[in-house]
Amino acid sequence: MTYGMRRRIVSAMFVGACALSVLIALVPLAMILFFVVREGIQSLNVALFTQMPRPVGETGGGMLNAFVGTLILTALGASAAVPIGIVSGIFMSEYKGSRFAVAVRFAADTLNGVPSIVVGIFAYGIAVLPFRQFSALAGGVALGIMMIPIVARTTEELLLLVPGALREGALALGATRARAVFTVIVPAALPGIVTGILLALARIAGETAPLLFTSFNNQFFSTNLRQPISSATVQIYTYATSPYVDQHRQAWAAALVLVAFVFVCSLAARFVTARVQRLRG
Amino acid sequence: MMIRRYGLAACLMAAVMVAACGGNQPQTSEQGAAAPGSPVQINGAGATFPNPIYSKWFAEYHKRHPEIQINYQPIGSGGGIRQLTSRTVFFGASDMPMKDDDLKAAPGPILHFPTVLGAVVPIYNLMGVTDLKFTGPLLADIYLGKVKKWNDPAIAKANPGVKLPSTDIAVVHRSEGSGTTFIFVDYLAKVSPEFKDKVGVNASVNWPTGIGGKGNEGVAGLVSQTPGALGYVELIYALQNNIAFGAVQNAAGDFVKASPDAVTKAAAGANIPEDFRVSITNASGAGAYPISSFTYLLLYQEPTDKVQGKAMVDFVRWAAADGQKFATELGYAPLPQNVAAQELKSLEKIKVS
Amino acid sequence: MGDRGDLGFRLAIGAVALLVVAVVVGIGVLLVRQSWLSIQEFGVRFWLTRTWDPVAGEFGALAFVWGTLYSSILALLIATPIALGIAVFISELSPVVLRGPLTFLTELLAAIPSIVYGLWGIFVLIPLVRSLQAATPESIKALPFFSGPPFGVGMLSAGLILAVMVIPFTSSVAREVLKTVPVAQREAAYALGATRFEAIRAAMFFARTGIVGAVMLGFGRALGETMAVTMVIGNRPNITLSLFEQQHTMAAVIANEFTEATGDLYLHALIEIGLVLFVITLIVNAGSRVLIWAMGRTRTPQLAAAPAAAGAAA
Repeated sequence: MTYGMRRRIVSAMFVGACALSVLIALVPLAMILFFVVREGIQSLNVALFTQMPRPVGETGGGMLNAFVGTLILTALGASAAVPIGIVSGIFMSEYKGSRFAVAVRFAADTLNGVPSIVVGIFAYGIAVLPFRQFSALAGGVALGIMMIPIVARTTEELLLLVPGALREGALALGATRARAVFTVIVPAALPGIVTGILLALARIAGETAPLLFTSFNNQFFSTNLRQPISSATVQIYTYATSPYVDQHRQAWAAALVLVAFVFVCSLAARFVTARVQRLRG
Repeated sequence: MMIRRYGLAACLMAAVMVAACGGNQPQTSEQGAAAPGSPVQINGAGATFPNPIYSKWFAEYHKRHPEIQINYQPIGSGGGIRQLTSRTVFFGASDMPMKDDDLKAAPGPILHFPTVLGAVVPIYNLMGVTDLKFTGPLLADIYLGKVKKWNDPAIAKANPGVKLPSTDIAVVHRSEGSGTTFIFVDYLAKVSPEFKDKVGVNASVNWPTGIGGKGNEGVAGLVSQTPGALGYVELIYALQNNIAFGAVQNAAGDFVKASPDAVTKAAAGANIPEDFRVSITNASGAGAYPISSFTYLLLYQEPTDKVQGKAMVDFVRWAAADGQKFATELGYAPLPQNVAAQELKSLEKIKVS
Repeated sequence: MGDRGDLGFRLAIGAVALLVVAVVVGIGVLLVRQSWLSIQEFGVRFWLTRTWDPVAGEFGALAFVWGTLYSSILALLIATPIALGIAVFISELSPVVLRGPLTFLTELLAAIPSIVYGLWGIFVLIPLVRSLQAATPESIKALPFFSGPPFGVGMLSAGLILAVMVIPFTSSVAREVLKTVPVAQREAAYALGATRFEAIRAAMFFARTGIVGAVMLGFGRALGETMAVTMVIGNRPNITLSLFEQQHTMAAVIANEFTEATGDLYLHALIEIGLVLFVITLIVNAGSRVLIWAMGRTRTPQLAAAPAAAGAAA
């Protein structure tokens, strides 16, 4: 075997190994999706979305309060995180040289990496203890904190991609900085920002740990923000670790709903990005 | 133009938030009863031991009084005591009576109200083996890690003629502070001085061996999914999930399998103090089940919210009377008559007006 | 007038951006304040003792640190080669038409909520691992890494699940890093007659700081994971080399015991664990970003935003 042949064989093996690693990574993905779909689809019925949980040990019932709770908590988190995130992103991109912007960027990246359980401790400290009350609001605070850095960094990144010519044109026409940002630059980056928000929503809708001691749980239907509230993720956790087969069934179905939601958000994000790229040419 | 669009969206969101805040406002007030029909939401947390019957009770009570929503979260007795003393929930539930130190440290005097009696049973997952018998010292040795395999001579001795496999025993215990654990180790400490010495009696102990499951549900789940596992749960969790559970030898020498009857026998003749804090494990008496216990609802004597306080007092009154009929079908034993009567008197101590 | 308006604008949005910094600082402050009792009581001993005894009031977090490090390093060992392989494949080797779908699929892996991983872990992975453990020949079982009865629940399951969760993070950042290696570099390699392997190896060497950063990012992710781990690891403070035995991690013990930590010392001990988790992930993530930034110093801003992209895909 010549040296050249050996090199080519090594190279082929390497290429093969890389392809193999792709396949290896796809195996767990396929398995998870397969099981979630197979187990979840059997239990996916109208009752899951329209009925309340039955007393422990009885079969049947649904997770209406849990799904509504997740919607409320996600909306709460987003209502704080979207404005704060977008504005912070604008700041970081507009004044990106300044030391303060560097600090904000560092803070945002740090926040992104904080384990969700630690965010839960923080939210417990500022939103539960002072009011002596577990509440949907506290859960929303926790989720909002987790969402802010994602929205902020994607906004910043996208605003930096807006061609300088647009900004210069606006300023040349006499716009104030504020006007230039809000009427020209942000709208130009809007599709990407929306994508970032969608992905962030998908991420926080699937969070469990920070809700365990903020929004707690509630077996009744509740939209009261100052009371504990159920959520799909905490309910899946409760059901998965219980011995009741009927609850396991419902846990799979809820997991399927969550995964479908995440899937749709990811697809939508890709679609928006692709469309923008096509428009930009 | 863009600002107007954003502004509109922001206003809409704000409106939704305000509406959500305004709606479903629970009736809380310092004085006076709730106006009939206005919703009262009460939050409680605690033991998983009585969760099946509490879950049934709160659902049934809600049917009879639709304006009252009692949201109970089973996080373990330790959690119930903790959240109650932090006042992040209105009432607690625990199988373990609160210790003197904890009572002193609480922001106000707390009263115990027994609701039902239950049994802690040893559940196991062994193919083809049902009706195992355990002695107290044997259970202690398993949980001390001294007996490691199912075909250990100690187990064979208590179960003559039963074919035991050589698999390892997967010991399962609670991962969090649990009244069920308290009842179980209270019994083990009484029958095994070594256990009392090495492990001690509390809601959360330093287990020498084993896997941690969260709640009675977690332990039942782990045992039913792990071949060779042994755990301890409240009777109803074994019954509802068709998990095999063993008979335990009581102080009189009988091997008793838990049942509401056997639990009632354990409570008979027990001396119930005025504050209801008592242990009835290792009861003597023929047919008494040795790992039985009361379980308690914990309420502040001077509740901060009188409306919720009155609602809970009414509930406990209902539970001690009409609620008891749900007990046996869920595997719990109803309160002895004298205890129920004593409890109604104790309820009057709570200041609700 | 324009200048003053601009200043007002800067102050206004700066104030909002300040909130982000305030939150991070606030987290640190709250964690320190609410763990003070434990810090005072135990000091450094806290991190060197393995006894976690709420009954006696003796708290030592060594077992949790062990479990966290062991599970995360195990996850890294499994995930890194696979993640780098994926990154190389997608950016260098795959046909262009496959790139989009493959990227989408790896992003999907990152987007699956950890509770769903945990659910799958309990009902699918653990029985699998249990059969694997039961089928292990006795000679291997004699090794300290494989001792213990086959319950499925344990360090191996935790490591596997964490590995799957870490793969998309490391691979997406590594992909971004590889994209910024100048084309000229690769062309030069091919011009000199390099095989694909040799050219890619050169590119990876060029990007080595960034790749280390990508790996560290994955490590940071594994350190903080809570739900999937607590559902499969057994929740037992236990310092052992064995992959088959149940162990515990810092994040899992907080999730399990927080709501019922009776007594302030217990709660403060748990929060102290949270504080250290916060500090460790801060250092690891900052370190990884510094490495990636150092690599991208002369490159496009897209590289600096790579962790954000990874975060958004998370």
